[in-house]
Amino acid sequence: MNAMDGETGTAGAAQVLRLGRLDLVADPAGALFVADQGLLVVADLHLEKASSFASHGIFLPPYDTRATLAAVARLVARYAPRAVVALGDSFHDADAHARLDPRDRKALAALQRGRDWLWVTGNHDPRMPRTAGGESAAELRLADVVLRHEPAEDGTAEIVGHMHPAAKVRLTGRSLRRRCFAVGARRIVMPAFGALTGGLNLRDAAFRPLFPQGVTAHVLGQRLYAIGWPLLLPD
Amino acid sequence: MGVTPHLPSPAAAALPPAFSAWFARRGWHVRAHQLDLLASARAGRSALLVAPTGAGKTLAGFLPSLVELAEAPDRAGLHTLYISPLKALAVDIARNLEAPVTEMGLPVKVETRTGDTPAHKRARQIERPAHILLTTPEQLALLIAHREAEAFFAGLRRIVLDELHALVTSKRGDLLSLGLVRLLALAPQVTTVGLSATVREPEVLARYLVPQREGVASPDIITVKEGARPHIGILESRLAPPLAGHTALHAMEEIYRAIREHRLSLVFVNTRMQAEFVFQELWRMNDDGLAIALHHGSLDAGQRRRVEAAMAEGRLKAVVCTSTLDLGIDWGDVDLVINVGAPKGASRLMQRIGRANHRLDEPSKAFLVPANRFEVLECRAALDAVAEAAQDTPDARTGALDVLAQHVLGRACAGPFDADALYEEVRGAAPYADLPRRDFDDVLAFVATGGYALRSYERFARIVKGKDGLWRVTTPRVAQQYRLNVGTIVEEPMLRVRLARPRRAGGMTVVRGGRVLGEVEEYFAEGLTPGDTFVFAGEVLRFEGIYENEVTASRTAAGTDPKVPSYAGGKFPLSSFLASRVRTMIASPDNWHRLPRPVANWLRAQKMKSRLPRPGQLLVETFPRAGRHYLVAYPFEGRLAHQTLGMLLTRRLERARLKPLGFVANDYGLATWGIADIGLAVTQQRLSLADLFAPDMLGDDLEDWLAESALMKRTFRHCAIIAGMIERRFPGQEKTGRQVTMSTDLVYDVLRRHEPDHVLLRAARADAATGLLDVRRLGDMLVRVAGRIVHAPLDHLSPLSVAVMLEIGREMVYGEAAEHMLAEAEAAMMDEAMQ
Repeated sequence: MNAMDGETGTAGAAQVLRLGRLDLVADPAGALFVADQGLLVVADLHLEKASSFASHGIFLPPYDTRATLAAVARLVARYAPRAVVALGDSFHDADAHARLDPRDRKALAALQRGRDWLWVTGNHDPRMPRTAGGESAAELRLADVVLRHEPAEDGTAEIVGHMHPAAKVRLTGRSLRRRCFAVGARRIVMPAFGALTGGLNLRDAAFRPLFPQGVTAHVLGQRLYAIGWPLLLPD
Repeated sequence: MGVTPHLPSPAAAALPPAFSAWFARRGWHVRAHQLDLLASARAGRSALLVAPTGAGKTLAGFLPSLVELAEAPDRAGLHTLYISPLKALAVDIARNLEAPVTEMGLPVKVETRTGDTPAHKRARQIERPAHILLTTPEQLALLIAHREAEAFFAGLRRIVLDELHALVTSKRGDLLSLGLVRLLALAPQVTTVGLSATVREPEVLARYLVPQREGVASPDIITVKEGARPHIGILESRLAPPLAGHTALHAMEEIYRAIREHRLSLVFVNTRMQAEFVFQELWRMNDDGLAIALHHGSLDAGQRRRVEAAMAEGRLKAVVCTSTLDLGIDWGDVDLVINVGAPKGASRLMQRIGRANHRLDEPSKAFLVPANRFEVLECRAALDAVAEAAQDTPDARTGALDVLAQHVLGRACAGPFDADALYEEVRGAAPYADLPRRDFDDVLAFVATGGYALRSYERFARIVKGKDGLWRVTTPRVAQQYRLNVGTIVEEPMLRVRLARPRRAGGMTVVRGGRVLGEVEEYFAEGLTPGDTFVFAGEVLRFEGIYENEVTASRTAAGTDPKVPSYAGGKFPLSSFLASRVRTMIASPDNWHRLPRPVANWLRAQKMKSRLPRPGQLLVETFPRAGRHYLVAYPFEGRLAHQTLGMLLTRRLERARLKPLGFVANDYGLATWGIADIGLAVTQQRLSLADLFAPDMLGDDLEDWLAESALMKRTFRHCAIIAGMIERRFPGQEKTGRQVTMSTDLVYDVLRRHEPDHVLLRAARADAATGLLDVRRLGDMLVRVAGRIVHAPLDHLSPLSVAVMLEIGREMVYGEAAEHMLAEAEAAMMDEAMQ
């Protein structure tokens, strides 16, 4: 079950990944939990993507924000994190926060209550309005790992979003395409968490420089499935 | 039906002297139906002309227009609008009209308007219209959405709808019906004529032609009797047809010989893949160097035009083709039609046979080539139907809501409108005659702001209601979006196939541009791995890869076998009409002597080893095989309905803890299998077949399954595109079909969770009932067999089951199976790691 499918409440079996000195619990909903810090990380929420399209005359269902926030709420209920990190592109555009429906605004405030909330800035939301609550920063360092929106080439191990990785898998002539964590030796690219956020195939050239020593796709489903390069297909 | 067609007497409509002279010069005599149609038009009545191919239908349709225009030489403005399902047909008709117009020196200007017409010509066509304009339903939609529509159509006298029987069975027919009532509102004096092949219920088809209101006269129905009975039979082959498969390889020799012995043969097949295969095989044995060509929808348009031209010039001996040549155009002097595979419907078969010998008084000649033993039964049933001139044209449609949404937006683009008036107008269209006001209002709300209960898009509205009570578009951009999105044909995502060999240069892969051979469905290309060989455009190609969104392929050495079995199953499901005849045939051993011996023997073996269902019964067999337990059922309701049934049965077996692993379906039946002994569960009465097949599976089970069904998502995507929720092209960015598919899946998930009753979901569910899921037919079957299910517990597979058992391995991935597949993929990786 991925982020959108989760409302039926299937509690997926999480899996532990290691990056630098950090142990990370990877949740099949598409989030990471840093257990010893009580930190929940989600990337690319793209809140108000639908209303952004609507302003161009494309009326996508105006329920993406509440679907996404409900999925975050389920993770919060599950892990009871001390802090939540939204790893950039949390809002689809500069006006997105202002467009929030009162009900969604309340839901967001409820999520922030009683815990730290960090908006890592992204290319869609370089400046976070004060009214969005929580703190905002360009990056966050945990032990020897940096959490930021876009991948950087500074040699540090990093957890990033931005790329929206998806894996296409084929076996015995059948294929399917799902969001995934892209996990390499020095870098984890998180799947996009937003309800209306699509994916970029992990075989796309854009991923190549990020994983010089290879990559494993941890594909979202009822649990995470670790699929290596040979079984991954281009689109 | 309560409709009394008013038939005019031929004498009432004399042909003007110039026309009589022209007919005489050509050595023709005017036919009764041509005069009847003239009389109807003169009396200001609409008419439906039902006639077999070769009856001079097109000329009959245009005759009243030509006569009227000849009598008014100074007339300016559009007089007649002709609408055809095929662009090529419109172009062909324009050519055919040239003869009477020039030979009689008529003051008539004829033009076509299609997607290929250049912009400057389109603009000119609006400013100075031709007398007769030939176009398609999509172009009609664009024309009536034009700001000048009112003036342009004001003087229109006549509308000719060609191949109406083919148009009305789809959403294109819905679009056409809405365009038509708009035209009738703009030009109330207009009369309509529909041209149709023989159909089951002409009265129903005739309703399309006039507004569905009290006081409007029903159209005249003019029927031309079938011409000479076609000479048609099943092609005798030396080898017996196989139990399964669709290639007809066993009969290739006989097909080749028949081609050699005739002037020009059309070899019809049901899918592009079959076309490729048959073409390949015929050339393999073509020692005489016969000019055999290939024609199907995925081939490059230029190549198709060359084949058509060569046919017309008599340079070809045979053309292997798909339904692309089913309709209307006469490309040459065809004297034999060969239908490979089962025809799937009697009406389709008649239409195809009609392609041979376009003269009414001479019999057409045709052979059927069943590709397997079930198809022998089906061909036999189709032959009987043809002999009785029985028709299985589908029932009239209920107008789709997504098409209505498109029409409403188009209506707004043409100018302000009143909602009540539009509702009344729309209900004049036959498919929308029973449209509830609630649906109309929901569609209107959808067009305006998306129609969501959460009314958050008011400020982005595309159309708004003004103080005067009229609805108007808010910005010119809306009309632009509408124009890009018009039409109801949603293509499967396709990729171009380019003949080229990629080279590595400086760490980059470079593809030197070669010739484009045509297009393949993206899903087919996805299944290929570099090095795979497959048949396309009549050659065996080696798949090199997908570069820049094109399939790159290279030629292979002569004699290479294609590695990828490229048959994707039948495109058209078996019609219920033929299905019921096939069921009867199986249940009547007395008539088996009419079947080829291997087929009769196969049925006898079935009777001995298992049993035969009596009419009205559903046979269910259970047997073990290779460590698994199978359940096979034979409803004969077509592949789509069986697939849906398979999904639902699997869910129920899962709930009964019988651990189903998968299922497959074909046109005749379905097989599901699992680890637990299903047969034993039935005989020990732990599982009741009556419960398993109970019609209530179409309730919650169906709803649950639809939620995750890829077919449902695809259905929704079509509706979303047609209704204009998702654009075909996003402005400024060309997305591949694949990316669009992904995002509509997400949209579907979100919408279904938060507003399950949204008008687009209703539209998608309505499509599912008859389309890819065929739920309605499944429902009818479940009710029909209730209490008549017979169980045959067997020790091993039965003769009948072999066909469906051979389909195993082609199953698709859904829900649970998808999770299984990922787990297997992961396990495969682990195995590799542990070696």
